[in-house]
Amino acid sequence: MNQPLSRDTPAIEMRNVSCRFISPDGKATIALRDFSMSVARGEFVAVVGPTGCGKSTTLSMITGLLKPTTGEVRVMGAPVDGIDPRIGFVFQADAVFPWRSVLDNVAAGPLYRGRSKSAAYDEANEWLRRVGLDKFGKHYPHQLSGGMRKRVALAQTFINKPEILLMDEPFSALDMQTRTLMQDELLQLWGGAGSVVFVTHDLEEAIALADRVFVLTARPATLKKVYEIDLPRPRVTSEIRYEPRFIEISHDIWHDLREEVQIG
Amino acid sequence: MSTTPQQMMPSGIDAASLAHVERVAQKRIRQRHALVISLRIVVLVVVLGGWELSARLKWIDPFFFSMPSAIFDQIIDWFVNGTSQGPLLTQVWVTLEETGLGFIIGSVAGVFCGIVLGRNKLLSDVFSLYIKIANSIPRVVLGSVFVIALGLGMASKVALAVVMVFFVVFANAFQGVREADRFMIANAQILGASRRQVTTSVVIPSALSWILASLHVSFGFALVGAVVGEFLGSKQGIGLLISTAQGAFNASGVFAAMIVLAVVALAADYLLTAVEQRLLKWRPAAV
Repeated sequence: MNQPLSRDTPAIEMRNVSCRFISPDGKATIALRDFSMSVARGEFVAVVGPTGCGKSTTLSMITGLLKPTTGEVRVMGAPVDGIDPRIGFVFQADAVFPWRSVLDNVAAGPLYRGRSKSAAYDEANEWLRRVGLDKFGKHYPHQLSGGMRKRVALAQTFINKPEILLMDEPFSALDMQTRTLMQDELLQLWGGAGSVVFVTHDLEEAIALADRVFVLTARPATLKKVYEIDLPRPRVTSEIRYEPRFIEISHDIWHDLREEVQIG
Repeated sequence: MSTTPQQMMPSGIDAASLAHVERVAQKRIRQRHALVISLRIVVLVVVLGGWELSARLKWIDPFFFSMPSAIFDQIIDWFVNGTSQGPLLTQVWVTLEETGLGFIIGSVAGVFCGIVLGRNKLLSDVFSLYIKIANSIPRVVLGSVFVIALGLGMASKVALAVVMVFFVVFANAFQGVREADRFMIANAQILGASRRQVTTSVVIPSALSWILASLHVSFGFALVGAVVGEFLGSKQGIGLLISTAQGAFNASGVFAAMIVLAVVALAADYLLTAVEQRLLKWRPAAV
């Protein structure tokens, strides 16, 4: 089954994937219907859809935390079997460990993966510096602001050098200004290395960040349309949103998305 | 104490007036603190004084209800002359030893079983019924069984204390494990944690605040277990002190033993709070 790993092999491939949930009382609901998506190496893809449509389900299936009911999910050319170590995941909720200091949180990944303590902490310090938290290593997460906690989460994920980065509405709990700053920070940390799937309900965020935007329909979600975002890189998200091309694109996509939001 | 709308006014924001406002506010806080303490003392004096007075005036019979001064004398007498079973501190020590052993064994077993069952759906589905049944038995009754089976020595008291502690700690550890945030667990898994690492580095720390809360309560239960065990049959301990005093119709003795117990329980509670604060220093301070 394993195809040879060539540069053309997409990082993520979902073929006609459907996903059905069985609730604890035995009722079945369909979260995702006949969904196909292919993400190339180094590509930044955003998935947009109405709230609760099943966007996060796609990510869970890529990580292997959830199995598709029908269809096939392949990561780096191989079918998903368990959690792939090349994957990084940033959650919507605060998923940093509140009982660990900031430094211990960032060092968690390498330590779990069996790196030596000194190597893990050296690397963690380096990543803390990159996200601008080098003075906060000894702090506990509750002593930081929401934006700083997100930086910890980013450092915690990036330290594992993921080839595939999955993000589930990571900045939705932040205020507008912090969110824009974090988007720029993300683009810098990413720098075109590795593939990103960024799930969001914020259309402007999707356009500002991504190379392609996948718009999903209301539940049960299926692919409505894919948009190429031909804005030049490197981008500065705080400025790009005032460019005429940006406004044009967001106008087009919103036209499609609005119908789905109204249905949802 | 920081900026309030009035202080934004030009006239009220110079350093002198801020210092003045702060002094006034701090003085008010101190006054209130003093008021609370003096009212507490008043309550104590009224209750103890009322008791003493009504006993001396024979409104209540001091033979049955004793009175504070007699209780105090009794404690002093125990301290100085020792009890009928030996020195008072030996009795306290014996009870504390039983309590401590029962507490440690019971809570370790409770935490262990709680985590194992909390992490394993099948085991918890199978055993939850039996634990519910076992939990519904009034556990003090088991004391008689233990005294028969394990004799008058320490073992029967420890066993009763263990049984008293186990279920409380178990229930809390189980619940704590179940409440562990699923995003945090998923995060750890994706960062590369094995199942064991998830348990040790996510599930147990997040269950810890539940477990520690239960340890607080269950030390009290361990003490009850030890004392009731001594009550049911023993050669030493505070429980025996109470039961001897009861047999001799010595009400002062019963109350005096109660006070000794209360002091022990309060000291243990203080110690546990200190440990808890040390272990949970990552949590935001409760306001």
